[in-house]
Amino acid sequence: MHIIESGNVAAAMGVQLSRAQVIAAYPITPQTPLTEKLSELIESGDMNAEYIPVESEHSALAVCIAASTAGARAFTATSANGLLYMHEQVHWAAGARLPIVMCVVNRGVGAPWTIWNDHQDAMSQRDTGWIQMYACDHQQIIDTVIKAFRLAETVRIPVMVCYDGYLLSHTYMPFEVPDSNRVDGFLPAYEAERFLDPENPANFNTVTLPEPRPDLQGHTMPGYMEFRAMLQDDMRRVLKTAADIEETFAAQFGRGSDPYIETYRCEDADYIAVCLGSLAYRFRDVVDDLRQEGIPVGVAAVRLYRPFPDQAICERLGHAKQLIVFEKAVSYGYQGPLCADVKAALYNSTNDKEQRSEVSGYVLGLGGRDIKTLDLLNALRTSCSPQSASAPLQWLGLKNQE
Amino acid sequence: MAYIHNETDIFTELMGATSVHTSEKDMKKDIIEIRWHGRGGQGAITAAKIVAKAAFESGYRGVVMVPTFGTERRGAPVMTSLKLSREKIYDLSPSLNPDMVVVLDHLLLEEVDVAAGLKPGGWMIINTADDPDAFTFENIRTAVADIHHIAEEAGLPQGIVNSGIIGAFAKASGLVDMDVLSRIIRETFAGVKPEENVRSACLAYDRTRTGGVK
Amino acid sequence: MTNEAVTGKFSYSRPGPGDGGRTGSWRVLKPVMDYGRCTPARKQTEACFLCWLYCPEGVISREVPPTIDYEYCKGCGICAEQCPTGAIQMVEETGKDPKEE
Repeated sequence: MHIIESGNVAAAMGVQLSRAQVIAAYPITPQTPLTEKLSELIESGDMNAEYIPVESEHSALAVCIAASTAGARAFTATSANGLLYMHEQVHWAAGARLPIVMCVVNRGVGAPWTIWNDHQDAMSQRDTGWIQMYACDHQQIIDTVIKAFRLAETVRIPVMVCYDGYLLSHTYMPFEVPDSNRVDGFLPAYEAERFLDPENPANFNTVTLPEPRPDLQGHTMPGYMEFRAMLQDDMRRVLKTAADIEETFAAQFGRGSDPYIETYRCEDADYIAVCLGSLAYRFRDVVDDLRQEGIPVGVAAVRLYRPFPDQAICERLGHAKQLIVFEKAVSYGYQGPLCADVKAALYNSTNDKEQRSEVSGYVLGLGGRDIKTLDLLNALRTSCSPQSASAPLQWLGLKNQE
Repeated sequence: MAYIHNETDIFTELMGATSVHTSEKDMKKDIIEIRWHGRGGQGAITAAKIVAKAAFESGYRGVVMVPTFGTERRGAPVMTSLKLSREKIYDLSPSLNPDMVVVLDHLLLEEVDVAAGLKPGGWMIINTADDPDAFTFENIRTAVADIHHIAEEAGLPQGIVNSGIIGAFAKASGLVDMDVLSRIIRETFAGVKPEENVRSACLAYDRTRTGGVK
Repeated sequence: MTNEAVTGKFSYSRPGPGDGGRTGSWRVLKPVMDYGRCTPARKQTEACFLCWLYCPEGVISREVPPTIDYEYCKGCGICAEQCPTGAIQMVEETGKDPKEE
């Protein structure tokens, strides 16, 4: 069944179909309609879940952590400063290995205050140990939310599903709502291995010493570093698991693509634009125009950002002469985080420096700065030349005072 | 230097940036762009959504509706872009060069440059009691309907103009059948005088008057 | 596809005495009970037990009479503070077994 609805509603329906049991969220633009829709669905009885109103985002995620530890399928959503407010708990949820799913409706962070789209919020959580996925359109939003619960519960790592504030959250387009029975078949009930249980009292996530030590029962308890190493190992193994889940989803719902990168006209491209989120789709028209001019260009959407699909980047994009990263975030003091990650991935791809793709980076759209098709065309056309130097960070759309 | 001081500036900023290249490209891609202007609370977005659904059911597989947000409050000018195509649309930016403009409240003409970027020969569809000739848009076809009174006649409370304007749009554009639109209007307004809203749209369809290109 | 095991991948421990070590060695003052004043001890019946209720370490038994586990008692003095009959005195810890004193 196709409906025409907003990205926020697509996300809410994904959560509904996934039969989340506990939702604790605090409203923040542009996420608000998502949480409102969920509370409406619960109120009307269309969704059987507990909605816990909280006074802050920190509490929202804390409540989800508690609920998940008690064995419930938990969900929350936020944006920008709300995400920053729960930052401490974001780290906690990953270290506690809880399969929480959170939608991040991407918005720029203060200061200065903004309500409009960019990716700095999710980027600031890049190193927390959460799986991070980006949706390019509404169909991907609803599908990714469902896949996220399956992935989180399989690997016991929380998942962040990111989609652009306003550009996706508040725009309307048609998407198919997956059949509820099929979703139930794809996503069985959550069964926690270890959960808060008065019959079996235990301590979760206690103070952990620098060194391993025996516990009272004589077992060796790992030291802090061992737990963290396990998180890293399991995150790297997510690359395989995410691909398996993508395949299973595609088989059951007839829809799916590469779990890591969604490419458009990249196979024979000498120059490839690389983006996260809806911008990658925006670039398709630009790519078509440049192709008409005879420039062999393509665009790649990175769908899975953490764990970073470095091998896929090298294998699918490494043939290009130049990769041009267009991103909506800056790692201040250095360059765009996606640009730096792409370069690092390519570093090991070949020992032959001549063979390695050049990488340039553009930063655009911060705080909702309007992105003009003409600017995209000109920037990409300029970069698509053998002579163009690989500049690490160029601003696109900046308006300086004369 | 264009700092944005208030919500009107956001629209000026966006609509002032015309792009000839974009319009050439759009013609190749067969995307029809309709920009809707209203005030917060008038239901411009609901109206655009109804047309979007009708268009999708009529075979336009590519449908995107992009609201533009300034400060959200009742009475503030709002704008939304509706793009229709036979194929999926990937560009979610607001329409700079629409093929049609729909204005839910003629008083907006004094506040907002509703015709900015409208393609030559394009449609300007306005809720107004005035004649098409009363408007001085150049190279533009004008369609008018007095939705305010039509809605009252249809049995709606004062100020409910978003259903009626759909009828005017349907008449001027010829893009979507009134049958499909009526059904979706009925579904959308279920529980809130659905038949009266349908009636308003149908009356508006019949009474929409058009002017030639000036 | 089966879910991966998460046991052992996050910090988890079951409660039990002495996980923090022999905390009795932290003591500077030691609580001593006077069973002549202690209500359950005098009446030979279950009563009061405020010392048991308030002990933050759970080292006082809810028995007739209540007894203190000096292996883990940290000497915080809350039991002495709470005892309504003044049956508990905090005395200097000498390091000797209280039964010897």
